[in-house]
Amino acid sequence: MESRILSYIDGRLKESERPDVEKHLAACASCQLRVEEFRAVSGLLDELPVIEPSPAFDARVRALVAAEPVKQSWWAWLHVSPRVAFAASMLLLATLWLGFYQRPSTQPLPWNGNSQVADEQMMQDLPVLEDHDVLSNFEPLKELPPPVQADEASDSQQQM
Amino acid sequence: MARTDVQLMLDVKAGDEASFELLLHRYRTPLVNFLYRMVRNREQAEDLAQDVFLRVYRAREDYVPSAKFTTWLFRIATNLALNSVRDNRYQKLEVSIDAPVTMDAEDGDERPLDIPEKHPNIEQHLVEDARKKMIRHAIDKLPEKQRAAVLLHKYQELDYAEIAKILSCSESALKSLLFRAYESLRVELAPLVAMQVKNQG
Repeated sequence: MESRILSYIDGRLKESERPDVEKHLAACASCQLRVEEFRAVSGLLDELPVIEPSPAFDARVRALVAAEPVKQSWWAWLHVSPRVAFAASMLLLATLWLGFYQRPSTQPLPWNGNSQVADEQMMQDLPVLEDHDVLSNFEPLKELPPPVQADEASDSQQQM
Repeated sequence: MARTDVQLMLDVKAGDEASFELLLHRYRTPLVNFLYRMVRNREQAEDLAQDVFLRVYRAREDYVPSAKFTTWLFRIATNLALNSVRDNRYQKLEVSIDAPVTMDAEDGDERPLDIPEKHPNIEQHLVEDARKKMIRHAIDKLPEKQRAAVLLHKYQELDYAEIAKILSCSESALKSLLFRAYESLRVELAPLVAMQVKNQG
């Protein structure tokens, strides 16, 4: 019933709901009183006077609206300031160009700033390279008989 | 035949400034009154109402008439008012609801209609004034959302579906909100309500 009381007072009840509500109100004194009291509240709210905006109100709204920047699209903006657009493009190109050509210099190169570290690394590797050369070119090693096959080795061990 | 709000707004969208003026004239008084009842301060209410119109103007290019114009307008106003009330809650020293009955600055904003003519007796005038003050304070004491619902329902005469959209709730939730608000007003204004019922009976 609660949700229908205001609709009833406002005259916004659906036609299908009205008979039920009226029937209930005829039988229920407290709901009937509630309707009368809500009507009284509504009447009291009507007593409050309406205030008028101050005389400067419209002028202030007009001033706010006039101060609004005129909206323009991006293309319109480029059209208005081609110099800025050109400068921005040049700056972008310059940034890309510098980025592209500067990149190799950021790598440590053996003949460049980090050459001392690179030299030390090469010196440490030298003995290994030397050992490899000695072993691969050592003449006496070439004269040794070919390595014994695994089967032959086991036979000779059995014979002994 | 007068152009509808939606037609006026579409004309504003098309660049017709005069249509904006017509909307301003049509809605400045309802908006200022609604906001005044919400924030309880005339100057602030006017500032907020100006802000509402500015937002309407700013949104003109994106305006699509998908809902009633008043729903959109009062939704902007309600959101601004609710934010403002919440911001002010602990900042602003309000006139106490128990303040003695005097003509304070707030009351001075309201035109006394034709009361002096009806009641040449100053005593009678003061009684009428106290009565209005009581009604106003009863509205002020409502929680913000209930207050907004009552103001939109009573003074703007918007339908339930529209108010529900403005307050972002369902229609049944709105009816419940309104019922609670009227209940609070009934209790708060009990002496006046009893007098009214007695007179009607």
